[in-house]
Formats: sequence, structure tokens, C-alpha cells
Amino acid sequence: MAMLAIEQRYIDEMIAHARQEAPLECCGVLGGRDGRVLKLFRATNAERSRYRYNIDSQELFRINRECEENGWQFLGIYHSHPDSEAYPSPTDVGLAFWPESLYFIVSLRDAGNPEVRAFRIRDGEITEEEIEIVRR
Amino acid sequence: MSVTVRIPTALRKITADQDRVSADGGSLSECIDALETSYPGLKERLCDESGEIRRFVNVYVNGEDVRFLQGLVTPLKDGDEVSIVPAVAGGGWA
Repeated sequence: MAMLAIEQRYIDEMIAHARQEAPLECCGVLGGRDGRVLKLFRATNAERSRYRYNIDSQELFRINRECEENGWQFLGIYHSHPDSEAYPSPTDVGLAFWPESLYFIVSLRDAGNPEVRAFRIRDGEITEEEIEIVRR
Repeated sequence: MSVTVRIPTALRKITADQDRVSADGGSLSECIDALETSYPGLKERLCDESGEIRRFVNVYVNGEDVRFLQGLVTPLKDGDEVSIVPAVAGGGWA
């Protein structure tokens, strides 16, 4: 059974965000509870880079606070790889400070066929996880 | 000065699963030292070898990133809230 249930519209929104920011990396958070995503938070990439992302600290505070107030967790964290595959890079592994979150990566390497995959990154170990696409 | 410190999930092993703890200190630096006394190992997760706040750890006082306040010497007053939130960061294949 999939660990995380997510509506297609959130997958579509991650791809749309990635395309909008390209060639820079985009980033954001998927808040929710009980394995169900309830809100997508687009965030500003403070690095403004093609190869790095770091959510703007003030935005991160507000997103974190809104999730806490709703009893949600950061079920997912997403970012894009504008020119590379949808697999965690060494940088992604080195900076994975949210072991409870699923890291979504949107690859735009094949512009016509964006790819979205999700991984748990814990103690330097990468595990791909199946996600369940659900209806609203 | 007693302040409330919000602890992120990733650091709750150190605080015996508490998501908020109390600490004393007239500045952020004193607060972190007080936390280290109560919860050994916490300071190392917040500060690097030179004693500065780690690049990929965000510390806020009443919701304001301390990088935009006075960093470790940011003064604290009774009832202030200190929040620790790890960075959400990474990158692609360069």
C-alpha cells in the first residue's frame, strides 16, 4: 500500500511550478495529515539557482506555522531538476533535514514528458516510495 | 528571562519527544547554552565549530529570522518564542 495519497492536481501544480521557474529550480511543501496531502505551498527559492534550492526562511516559518496550526505535517517537500533526472542528487542527500517527509522531484529533462518521483531520504539512504494518486 | 523554544521533529530525540521546551537567557546565545545544559547535544545541531548558527538551520525569535535581527546576540525577553526550523534545501545534478 502506498504511504502517501495525493491528488493529481497537486502533481500537476508541481509540474506547472517547475515549468514556470525553469531554468531555475522551484521548491515547495505539501502539507497534510494521515498520509493525505491537503495543501500545496509554493515557496520562493532563496538560492535562485539552476542547481540549488533553499526555501526562503521567512516563508518557511509561515508555512511551518500554518501546518502546525492545522495539525498538519510536511508530508512532502518538492523541488525541480530542470536539466537532470528525477533522482536525489548528492546535494539533496546531504541537505535532507526532514527525514519524516517524502522528497518529490520534478524532472524537466524531457520537456514534453515531465517526470515526478518521490523518495524518502534518511541517514543518507535513498528509498523510492510509491505514491497513490487519488480523486478529490 | 524564560522563553519558549519550539523544537522541530528532527531534534526531538534530544528533547525526549517534547515539541516545546522552556529555557532561560537574556540573549539567543545564552538561551542556546541553557538548552545545551538541559539537552546535551542540541547546541551542536544548531551551531557550527566556530559557534555560529549553522547555514541550514533557521532560528527565529517571535517569527523573525535571527539573521535579520542580531544573530546570536539577539536579546530575549520574558515570554519570547524561539523557533528552530531546519532548512528545506537541496539541489540538482550540477
